[in-house]
Amino acid sequence: MTATEPQVAAPRRAPASRILAAWHQTGRADLASHLATHGPVPLPRRGEHGWGDRLVQAVDEAGLTGRGGAGFPTARKLRSFRAGHKHAILAINAMEGEPASQKDRALLSGAPHLVLDGAELVASAIGAREIAVCVADDRADSAQAVRGALAERVGAGLSRMPTRLEHPPGRYVAGEESALVAWLAGGPAHPQFRTDKATPLTIKRRPVLVHSAETLAHVALIARHGPAWFRTVGYPDAPGTCLVTVSGPVTSPGVCEVELGTPVASILERAGISAPISAVLIGGYGGTWIRSGLLDTPYAPGPLATVGSAVGAGVVAAIATASCGVAETARVATYMANESAGQCGPCVFGLHALAQDLVQLARGEGDSQVLSRLTDRLGAVEGRGACGHPDGVVRLVRSALRVFAGDVTDHDHGRPCAGWNRRPVLPVTASAAVAVGRWH
Amino acid sequence: MPIVASHYRLRVNPIACDAFGYCAELVPEIVGRDEWGYPVLGEGPVPPRLFELAKRAVRECPRRALFLEKISATKP
Repeated sequence: MTATEPQVAAPRRAPASRILAAWHQTGRADLASHLATHGPVPLPRRGEHGWGDRLVQAVDEAGLTGRGGAGFPTARKLRSFRAGHKHAILAINAMEGEPASQKDRALLSGAPHLVLDGAELVASAIGAREIAVCVADDRADSAQAVRGALAERVGAGLSRMPTRLEHPPGRYVAGEESALVAWLAGGPAHPQFRTDKATPLTIKRRPVLVHSAETLAHVALIARHGPAWFRTVGYPDAPGTCLVTVSGPVTSPGVCEVELGTPVASILERAGISAPISAVLIGGYGGTWIRSGLLDTPYAPGPLATVGSAVGAGVVAAIATASCGVAETARVATYMANESAGQCGPCVFGLHALAQDLVQLARGEGDSQVLSRLTDRLGAVEGRGACGHPDGVVRLVRSALRVFAGDVTDHDHGRPCAGWNRRPVLPVTASAAVAVGRWH
Repeated sequence: MPIVASHYRLRVNPIACDAFGYCAELVPEIVGRDEWGYPVLGEGPVPPRLFELAKRAVRECPRRALFLEKISATKP
């Protein structure tokens, strides 16, 4: 991650402002402004019967889906977990390994109390005994925001659940939930091989539930205002708002909260388009490129799926027509290859091979077989890792070959990419943890 | 119920696998190898005539990475 200031959009009233409402109204993220905007968190009274079921029911009726990437229905995840677990741990996933995403950072500096409210609510509902807030070790600003918020809550006597701040290494796959749990259990932040992903992850037999920070913030609002309120904005199948990180040729890049279903073009227009756009990367580095002709697509899981895309980690990264999508993808693929945990052969060898093919292609230095070799290798790598890391790269590269087909043909005929020597648009700087190969 | 071969498929734990390649030697009909030597397994059930060989491949994997997984009714 680059050491830039967190680019939270300047305080202003936005139509879709919910989880960033207090920030937009007051420009402050402290407990007083949080309580003034949202009111107290509706935790159960001591011995209140059926409270957890009612919370899960409300989340279900709200239609909230996980905002961490997979988009799984939150209530279903909570229900599968509620079946008879004791001494559970709730992990808040604010790892944000996606270099092009800043939303966890914005959320923790702009609305830390909403995230912590949501965590207390969910922890109470599942019978958890403690909360672990997971912030990557290269995110000092986020950690500081969480520490400050926790101190305020303790000072105000609001905190019921023991909550600790954890600093797993800032690596791309460290936020994958099995990797996160492996690290919390004392091991390296490596993804685990699981034959059945429905079985809960555990630390010394204690089950661990992992929710993204943004999902928990939405739970905190649903608990206060109810499912009907939640559904008043958003897309029919995907109610509510979500955080997106907008970058590219725009005048105000950064994080904004949008209603699900907002056309991609509107999201970019709100950030102020400053140059013609050729394509937009949706989701993150395991996401997909969509061409500029499809920017009317509503930003919601259903419509994005029809163009082969997904909300993912909330990245909306445009590139200008002057940039080369093949070169950008080649650099990202190289970054992703270096971010392999090094456990699975097809990922270790395959991603570097894919990235090298792409780099050769972008530089116009590929041999006559480069494109067919690349296509074969995409098929060879897909579905062969313990986690979804290699599949994400395959998805990204395939979309690049589709969307930038014209450039690909050009480069394949030995015409190198004019964009190759330009400054990268998508951030590919390795974190400190990567530089020293740290996984603990 | 007796173990019926067609109800099982061969799977590999890719973290444990170190590309020794014994499985591909033993049952090339259902185990191929990629350009880096790692096994590529067919998705379908192990045919009955190859079931004993598949079991042997599981037993003889030096990394204990290979296993037979029951195919549930919902995932044919």
